Amino acid sequence: MEGRINIPVGDWIEAAVDWILDNLEPALDGIAWFLGLLTNSFEGALLAIPAWLLVLALVGLSWWRVSWRFGIFAIVALGLILGMDLWEPTIKTLSLVLAATAVALAVGMPVGVAMARSDWVEASVRPVLDLMQTMPPFVYLIPAAIFFGLGTVPGAIATVVFCMPPVVRLTNLGIRQVNREQIEAGLAFGCNRRQLLTKIQLPLAMPSIMAGINQTIMLALSMVVIASMIGAGGLGNTVLTGIQRLDVGLGFEGGLGVVILAILLDRITQSVGLRRKASR
Amino acid sequence: MEPIIRVRELYKVFGPNPQEGLRLIEDGLDKDTIFERTGNTVGVKDCNLDIAEGEIFVVMGLSGSGKSTLVRLLNRLIEPTAGTVEVRGRNVTQMSQRELIRLRSEDMAMVFQSFALMPHKTVIDNAALGLEIAGVGRARRRQRALEALDQVGLKAHARSYPDELSGGMQQRVGLARALATDPSIMLMDEAFSALDPLIRTEMQDRLLDLQREHRRTVVFISHDLDEAIRIGDRIAIMQGGEVVQVGTPKEIIVDPANEYVRSFFHGVDITQVFQACDIMDSENIPVLDADTTAGEARNRIAHVPGNEAVIVDAGGRFRSVVQAKRLGELTVDRPASEVAVEVEPVAEDMALADLPGRAAKSPVPIPVVDADGRFRGLVTLPRLVEALDRSRTAAVSNGDH
Repeated sequence: MEGRINIPVGDWIEAAVDWILDNLEPALDGIAWFLGLLTNSFEGALLAIPAWLLVLALVGLSWWRVSWRFGIFAIVALGLILGMDLWEPTIKTLSLVLAATAVALAVGMPVGVAMARSDWVEASVRPVLDLMQTMPPFVYLIPAAIFFGLGTVPGAIATVVFCMPPVVRLTNLGIRQVNREQIEAGLAFGCNRRQLLTKIQLPLAMPSIMAGINQTIMLALSMVVIASMIGAGGLGNTVLTGIQRLDVGLGFEGGLGVVILAILLDRITQSVGLRRKASR
Repeated sequence: MEPIIRVRELYKVFGPNPQEGLRLIEDGLDKDTIFERTGNTVGVKDCNLDIAEGEIFVVMGLSGSGKSTLVRLLNRLIEPTAGTVEVRGRNVTQMSQRELIRLRSEDMAMVFQSFALMPHKTVIDNAALGLEIAGVGRARRRQRALEALDQVGLKAHARSYPDELSGGMQQRVGLARALATDPSIMLMDEAFSALDPLIRTEMQDRLLDLQREHRRTVVFISHDLDEAIRIGDRIAIMQGGEVVQVGTPKEIIVDPANEYVRSFFHGVDITQVFQACDIMDSENIPVLDADTTAGEARNRIAHVPGNEAVIVDAGGRFRSVVQAKRLGELTVDRPASEVAVEVEPVAEDMALADLPGRAAKSPVPIPVVDADGRFRGLVTLPRLVEALDRSRTAAVSNGDH
């Protein structure tokens, strides 16, 4: 309409996407190949193990790391998943979560360290993180689908982008919160920069970093369900099918599977952060 | 002797423009004016110190006086704005990062007010931290850490975690961590300030014991004059970033440089600082042989202001005290020792605080002897009362302002 201001942000983004498609194809292919490999390896490995053995391992882990009560919960919960015949989609979802989390940590933790070491880096990365966290997660699906097509890989990419912020933020925060005298103690005993990081800052920031990892895993799980809209498969697919067929029962079964997986992942990863106290 | 640490014209200015702050100091402006005008804070100003090898050098001052900054300038945890710090003649301020790391890991260790232990490591691994950083192998560093823990009496707790120990024990771990690298210089920043008074005294004694076993140079930061007096060979007093007085505890108490220094005496037990040798009479006391006659003894005492003489053996060791009034009981040719009173002498370094108890029990002035038992002097009752009165007024006088 005449006289109305219209800044064509959408056009710019599209132009950028086109440019990336034209010029960065090898890089995109590389990323796709790597993520595909990672996800498929996790999935292949987890499916190669007999279901009963994996259930036993998860129950054992819950029993040992968390509590015997949680071990019993794990037996019931995993039994339910097997009983609902959702084992395969659950494993698919778990593999996607693990692959996306692994990439998010591999990228996110070094970024968090860099932020902690430099105020300038922190100031420039912080708005990017804000953007990544507040952007509605569905929006990531569009460029992911354009760059990587449909399937597991774009789902994993969208998940990586969405789940990365917590571990970056909490790594940064954890390192910055280390007591000044503890830093001085490290320096006074002759730490160089690398030793200060590995022997003092990272170990002392570990509780905070573990909380970040836990949050990242939870976000990855929630995104993996959404990513089923571009064909990522797994439990999200079950839910999606339920929606499409207006099948309440199927949708609920898929949802229950996600909840069970979330509770197991949450409690088990939290227990890792408390390792020292538990092992005493 | 060449000092182990030599500090010359050392300045530290914090803030947006330290060099500008430095210029204003040279123009003679004071700390507050500089802060108002430029936002720069003067941390340490024109500091000159010589710290001798093997001494416990206490830096004292109120919070904000720059003492914690000063100790961090010594190992360059804080970069100085101007001036030099030399350790064994090597200029720390000009060192490369590599040389500095070497100095810190081999020559200087530090103990912190908040202990600054690593909560995820066991006591033994905490004690081994310095060695771990220096790249010493696991078995060897654990063995040395265990030796250090033994020195501070914590060997049995090697496998505990810091949060299972009391504050005093945690700081002993901090001490062991410093000792494990076998440094020649220990920097202790308010190391005992966070501890209960009783534990603090115990830690001070432990530090003194460690010094007796192996003399290291200790730079000890404190805000507590009692502590400074107990452990310090010399004390430097800081005020507003400047060192206003350096001296032995006695020198500082006898002759405080200003009211600020004097203000530290409030509530401090000065009778711990003065010793028997500071208040004894050592001149004009006739010293007699064991076979001196009563007549000669009377004659000798008549020539001095006091009423006593002492009898010593051939080696000069104290035997007994003779009083003029008792000599009258003897004929002139009898040995004076027949009426002499044998009393237990006190060591010359006995604290003034402990003397009244001895004086109350002694029928004669208290004889003072050196480490070999040789006679040094007598503490008479009037002398003792006078000294106690003086230290009381010294402590009280600052209550007036």
